[in-house]
Amino acid sequence: MKANCWLGKRRVEVQDVPDPKILNNRDAIVKITSTAICGSDLHLYNGFVPTMKSGDILGHEFMGEVVETGSAVKNLKAGDRVVVPFPIACGACAQCRRGLFSTCENTNPNAWMAEKLWGHSIAGVFGYSHMLGGYPGGQAEYARVPFADVGPIKIPAGIPDEKVLFLSDIYPTGYMGADMCNIQPGDTIAVWGAGPVGLFAMKSAQLLGAERVIAIDRFPYRLRLARERAGAEVINYEEADVYDVLLDMTAGRGPDACIDAVGLESHVFGPLYAYDRAKQAVGLESDRPYALRQAIMACRSGGTVSVIGVYGGFIDKFPMGAVMNRSLTIKTGQCHVQRYMKPLLERIEKGEIDPSFVITHRMRLDEAPRGFDMFTNKEDDCLKIVLTP
Amino acid sequence: MRRSRTHRSPEEDQEGGMATQGGARQHGSVVSMEAERRRGDRPRGLSLLRSGDGGFDPERVANGLGWFSIGLGLAGVLAPAKLTRIIGLKGRGVSKVVARVVGVRELAAGIGILTEPRPARWVWSRVVGDVMDLAVLGIGFTGRRVRRGRLALATVAVAGVTVVDAVCAQQLTSLTRVSAGSPDGRTLRARKRVIIDRPADALYRFWRDFSNMPRFMERVESVQTLDERRSHWRVKAPGGITLQWDSQVTDDRPNEVIAWRSLEGSPVQHSGVVRFEPARGGRGTVVTVDMEYTPPGGAVTAAAAKLMGLTPEQQLQEDLRRFKQLMETGEVARSESALSGAGRPPQTGEPRGGTR
Repeated sequence: MKANCWLGKRRVEVQDVPDPKILNNRDAIVKITSTAICGSDLHLYNGFVPTMKSGDILGHEFMGEVVETGSAVKNLKAGDRVVVPFPIACGACAQCRRGLFSTCENTNPNAWMAEKLWGHSIAGVFGYSHMLGGYPGGQAEYARVPFADVGPIKIPAGIPDEKVLFLSDIYPTGYMGADMCNIQPGDTIAVWGAGPVGLFAMKSAQLLGAERVIAIDRFPYRLRLARERAGAEVINYEEADVYDVLLDMTAGRGPDACIDAVGLESHVFGPLYAYDRAKQAVGLESDRPYALRQAIMACRSGGTVSVIGVYGGFIDKFPMGAVMNRSLTIKTGQCHVQRYMKPLLERIEKGEIDPSFVITHRMRLDEAPRGFDMFTNKEDDCLKIVLTP
Repeated sequence: MRRSRTHRSPEEDQEGGMATQGGARQHGSVVSMEAERRRGDRPRGLSLLRSGDGGFDPERVANGLGWFSIGLGLAGVLAPAKLTRIIGLKGRGVSKVVARVVGVRELAAGIGILTEPRPARWVWSRVVGDVMDLAVLGIGFTGRRVRRGRLALATVAVAGVTVVDAVCAQQLTSLTRVSAGSPDGRTLRARKRVIIDRPADALYRFWRDFSNMPRFMERVESVQTLDERRSHWRVKAPGGITLQWDSQVTDDRPNEVIAWRSLEGSPVQHSGVVRFEPARGGRGTVVTVDMEYTPPGGAVTAAAAKLMGLTPEQQLQEDLRRFKQLMETGEVARSESALSGAGRPPQTGEPRGGTR
């Protein structure tokens, strides 16, 4: 089959690889009909995630048709249309039973690697380094889906792929970002990053009852979408001091909750960027946390900082004094997608949201390398690329 | 041992160590605990460079070196000029600064050696310091107004101390390495614990059928049940050899404990104990496993085994992770690139991500 493989920093290539096979009784094989490039794939592309090996198949946002099931998979059969959540969860361990699926204790065969970096492992993730299991990803014609009786959600006929594909990751991730803010009537929610996840966070914050949503980004096309599609007020951080504007907009109090939908490759202008970039280059700091620092400093005392942007390792100049003295709450995590898929599918079916509004480019799987290049450089107002095998 | 002792349940202490019963093996573990205890209660006073029985006792030597460091350190910090003159250099300028720096370094090393229960790396820091000092003294010879006789004496003294430091550090390091096993390094020993969200009886039943071992123990090829208590084990040793032996159950309390050990005369002496205890707060079962292997060929094989494969602790940890997966989910999580699921870099011939 054809698959988009990671070959090294800023190098991906569509290669011919062996088809996946059922390895365990709870596996299923899915013939992929739609798959996407995630902003977090760019962290792999740009070489910020350790334990990638040349030849690894990328992709953790995919859906398709079940073609084969292991003997223990009773809820799916060949021909079913499914969306596959990016974290692989067993559904049985204490973490899964608490609903913390992305921290499943049983699905990462390379848990020891993650334990070295993070103290404990999390769930295995499709196409996201060997530290997270070394599972081949979904930018391919087929994928093996372990614990297929737990993760994948069946999609009724009649709903096009593009409306439901993002249930695999970015829509639930954005939703969880808003969910973690414990939004109360009258709340102002500020969202750093108006990429697809940030846009879904804004949209979800509104659905959950926020009074105002404020988007922070530097790309005019993204800010325009935030304004038009997510009803947000916007700040271009290239043109204004984010802290000053946020405080002005909230009469000095700050947003009730701040969502970091940027993660480890954030940007800022001025000497601080050079400082962190240099530290990152020599390995003294793995992640650049400007958005997070700003979010903490701007947040109302007693408010919540919700982190859904991906961080890999270590940051510095973390304003812990602000967190502690101002009674802030930090909530974060890889999305527990399995928890959100069903209710969010219902919202899509009811027409409350059509997640396909983030799609800007559609390509064949063969064109994935061009897609990665485009997405990284934000060419042609690129926001979200959907690939079809 | 102090740390591990706090992990021991009262029950184990009553049993006097590992629940392996009788014979030389138990003696081995008692000896090792004795050695550990001695290390923990190392006398803090100034002791000479020999142990009571006349051999080279690295613990005591380390103590001596620690106090020596403190003395030299105080001299360097408080009387740098005097110190530099004693060794034949001018007591001024750069050499005075160097003496102060050396003093601070020595104080740090001394405090480190005397306060850490495992001072090996602090003694190694002394070796590094010695090499630096020799370099400094070497540069000293190039100076003009130096007293070469004194400088030569100082160099000889430092060189002598370097030898003592290096030998001591080396021995302490090897002592630390085998502390997971027996004092003579022949026995590989590991203890690990895992919490499993299943009742004890299910876990006990699965484990008691030793033929299940290969499903989660990576190195166990097969276990054939011979009768109620005896079984035949085939185990892959690092380096591609297969070892075989017969084993028998030495303790068996349903839903609580299973202990087993290899029969007399086996090529490998192996024993293990698994305990099942209810986790606090009704959160499943805590499974604690102690395992020992004494491979044929003594300390050399044991050391080679560790170098070639995982450490016994890592191996047991990975095996228990798979046991948990099997018990909670019915299968062992497998990805194409980590088919064996083991905690080590893929070895030749194994499928790996890059080859897809």
